[in-house]
Amino acid sequence: MQVKFLSKGTTLIVSILGELDHHSAEYIRQKVDSEIIKATTKNIIFDFSKVTFMDSSGIGVILGRYKNVQKINGKTSIANVNSQIKRIFEMSGLFKIIPVYDNLDIAINKM
Amino acid sequence: MQPVNEMELKFLSKSNNESFARVAAAAFVSQLDPTLEEMADIKTAVSEAVTNAIIHGYENKVGFVTMRCSLYADSVEISISDEGMGIENIELARQPLYTSKPEMERSGMGFTVMENFMDRVEVISQLNSGTTIKMYKTFKSLKNKN
Repeated sequence: MQVKFLSKGTTLIVSILGELDHHSAEYIRQKVDSEIIKATTKNIIFDFSKVTFMDSSGIGVILGRYKNVQKINGKTSIANVNSQIKRIFEMSGLFKIIPVYDNLDIAINKM
Repeated sequence: MQPVNEMELKFLSKSNNESFARVAAAAFVSQLDPTLEEMADIKTAVSEAVTNAIIHGYENKVGFVTMRCSLYADSVEISISDEGMGIENIELARQPLYTSKPEMERSGMGFTVMENFMDRVEVISQLNSGTTIKMYKTFKSLKNKN
């Protein structure tokens, strides 16, 4: 499990590499939250292209970060979600509040 | 109906065993040769059940989680058991978005995910003695083949 960051202006792109479950959730939470508190970050895009597995623990991780950037009037979106993970997000109703895009370029443009 | 193969696995309620359990279940089920998508369904459902045993069954204590898999010609039965605190209200626990641990950022979608990825989910629980989650899935890809 690895988390990589890339800043595009005030938007932070978070790439999660590996498996997102209850075990890795705490690590991802801490990593992302410590990036969010940096003054340059306002919006956040989660890049899921390298996520090899996700269960419902991922919903909490995304929603928690969404709430954190909402406090500073920032936006959250998700890019590159495979069909299995999409099903889990759909069940939870997450897409009603957080948009999902086919690729990173679209997500950055829509930010 | 007699199973064509069975296995039982016992491991500590440590969170790094979540990936171990789902990979072990998928590896065992793979001998039936289901589709990759069906394998992913099994992995996800097992991950949810084992996570529940660790977070809710044992909370901060350490105990053993037992996983049993029975394979049939075109289906699988998986049971995940803990000897933890049990579920007070099963109906409530199964409701989408209900969680007893919102402070841990749990989404309350565990049972909903299991129910969506498997054909049937049974919950047997007794307070202070433990919980067993039984999950059944018929592999449609194999049903058409046989």
